Amino acid sequence: MSKHFVWTKKDLLGLEYLSREEIEFILYTAASFKEVTTRQIKKVPALRGKTVVNLFYEPSTRTRTSFELAAKRLSADVINIAVEASSVKKGETLIDTGRNIEALKIDIIVVRHGSSGAPNILAHHVNSSVVNAGDGWHEHPTQALLDMFTLKEKLGRIEGLNVSIIGDIAHSRVARSNIWGLTKLGAKVTVCAPPLLIPEGIEKMGVRVTNDLDTALKGADAINVLRMQFERDAALAFPSKLEYFKQYGITAERLKKCKKEIVVMHPGPINRGIEISSEVADGQNSVILEQVTNGIAVRMAALYLVAHARPTGTRGGEKPL
Amino acid sequence: MTGYLIKNGRVVDPANRIDEVLDILISDGKIEKVGKSLSNGGCKAIDASGKIVGPGLVDMHTHLREPGREDKETVASGTRAAVKGGFTSVACMPNTEPEALDNEGIIKRLSGIIKKDALANVFVVGAITMGRAGKKLADFKALKKAGAIGISDDGSSVDDEKLMSEALALAKKEGLLVIGHCEDRSISDSGVINYGLISTKMGLRGIPVEAEYKRVERDIELARKAKAAIHIAHVSCKESVDIIRKARKAGVEVSAETAPHYFSLTEDCCVTYDTNLKMNPPLRTKEDAEAIKKALKDGTIDAIATDHAPHTDSEKDVEFDFAPFGILGLETALGLAVTELVEKKVLSWSELFMRMSASPARLLGIDRGDLKNGKAADIVIIDPGKEYTYTKDSIASRSKNSPFIGWKLKGKVSHVFVAGKLIDEVLADR
Repeated sequence: MSKHFVWTKKDLLGLEYLSREEIEFILYTAASFKEVTTRQIKKVPALRGKTVVNLFYEPSTRTRTSFELAAKRLSADVINIAVEASSVKKGETLIDTGRNIEALKIDIIVVRHGSSGAPNILAHHVNSSVVNAGDGWHEHPTQALLDMFTLKEKLGRIEGLNVSIIGDIAHSRVARSNIWGLTKLGAKVTVCAPPLLIPEGIEKMGVRVTNDLDTALKGADAINVLRMQFERDAALAFPSKLEYFKQYGITAERLKKCKKEIVVMHPGPINRGIEISSEVADGQNSVILEQVTNGIAVRMAALYLVAHARPTGTRGGEKPL
Repeated sequence: MTGYLIKNGRVVDPANRIDEVLDILISDGKIEKVGKSLSNGGCKAIDASGKIVGPGLVDMHTHLREPGREDKETVASGTRAAVKGGFTSVACMPNTEPEALDNEGIIKRLSGIIKKDALANVFVVGAITMGRAGKKLADFKALKKAGAIGISDDGSSVDDEKLMSEALALAKKEGLLVIGHCEDRSISDSGVINYGLISTKMGLRGIPVEAEYKRVERDIELARKAKAAIHIAHVSCKESVDIIRKARKAGVEVSAETAPHYFSLTEDCCVTYDTNLKMNPPLRTKEDAEAIKKALKDGTIDAIATDHAPHTDSEKDVEFDFAPFGILGLETALGLAVTELVEKKVLSWSELFMRMSASPARLLGIDRGDLKNGKAADIVIIDPGKEYTYTKDSIASRSKNSPFIGWKLKGKVSHVFVAGKLIDEVLADR
């Protein structure tokens, strides 16, 4: 990837909206920021004088903390705003909130929202940069970027890899962002879930679909194990946690039949004994904690790039009709 | 003599199988004469050379929101929008808030407002069930007496089969058209766009076509058993079209309408999360849009109705999940039909007036959509070749929720007569 590539988007809304070159450039930029995070003084002045707001409409500790650290390591000022889910409908509208934040001269709004497309709508109405920290079932671009960053670090490439995403594909923004990113970078992606958790038409996004875990594991260079959210929509499609673990849980026994060097990823937080056994989560193939570390470097890259593109940049989503 | 002479226009009047350059003489609110080289006899002459002169458009499916939600639309603003779009008659739906048009009192009250404020003819559709709740039938005799011409629980379907059968039989007795909003809520659930690849990509809950066509199938079956007529509102998908076509061949008295967005747009447009693309039923696939066009051509779908559904900016400018369903339609229906159907040789002008005037008038049982001598002089004159841009500023409706803002359309309305009266003020920009 050339260092002469010029990033032009003021927003990061999803990997659907990025080209292969743009995705590669974020990963390239993240690599240099990762070096910063290993220094004794883990801070650079790249965003000094800039302000980042973490606008979270859904509770999140890890993603918010990761973004906060990323912004602080770039010397930006950070403000966290948590909006109660219950006040979404009756309180101030998303657009009004966005405009008010913008009036505070905020440079970047990092938004997490339960409703798909909320960051797209926000980005359309404010001139501040908008970074999607997860919206509904739609996208979670920085998660997929850090997954790919970790994969590249471990296996040296993305192109040609067999990557299986296992779990509740239907209700997963992590799955969608990974599908967009991985297929654009030339990986062969398989999605694996019980039939009711495979969304309509997903094969047209360029992935292989299977309901059988062994099929998904066979020949895989890496697997991305999704969190099963039994407290949410997944429960209707697959009511029993124990039965899920039996059919789709990643165990040491199953891993024995896989490639020896298979990389095991999970976006966290993990449900031990539901989608993954403790033995695997803590085992040699697991890169789960490295993903967390890499998340900061990737988010530093995302914040840095959108902030610098903002004065002249283009909006990050699809053009209106 | 008070009146007008419309000269040298191409008169398109499918009800009377007329499509030729003729003059029309209007006097005392009625069509006096249609013929060649008529003399004006002291009437004001309007030169319509190069223009299309047809029966005023009739919209079977309008939401005027009054009484109750005057912030969205009123009889005055809605009929202004209607006239601007070439409509001289609209049928308004009963889903007013907070009170539905389910009793004599509210319809009488609405009729008073119509008499006072309406620029176009407004015909009232009453509710099938009280509060459109699907539990208890409204008093059809009373609705009819108050002036309703049809009944519908539009916005909801009557889930209870027995109740719906009873409604069909009773409505037949009263001579009221039953308009079915065909949606099985147990299937559409909390969906917001068409179920398929696009809903998957966007991470939004989908509304499968089954939610529509299974209810179309049921309503047709109930009508067949009751030997009654049923009109299917806002048909959006291929499956519904096929079911209606088959039923009609089998002799069931079923009619249908679609809305301009179902042949002008597809689900792919939704990817921007623009809530002005959120409507119910949702935009479907290209294949569905093609099936709709074919059905308009062969008459399986009788009418183009707008489903004009005004919502305020503050209601629409929210997350896609939270925005109400529906878009404006009155001011763009003709332009879209001309641009997407006539210009692209799907329909002839005569077929267009059939779908947008003669057929809806016949289905509603109103004496309109026809330019015969002695009929009410509801007439629209259209400049067929004139291209214009539909702008937000030009919208006469009180709401502005249209995905077509900025679109270039053909077929601009230049004159509209309602009962012989030239409604000039709303067409200042012709």
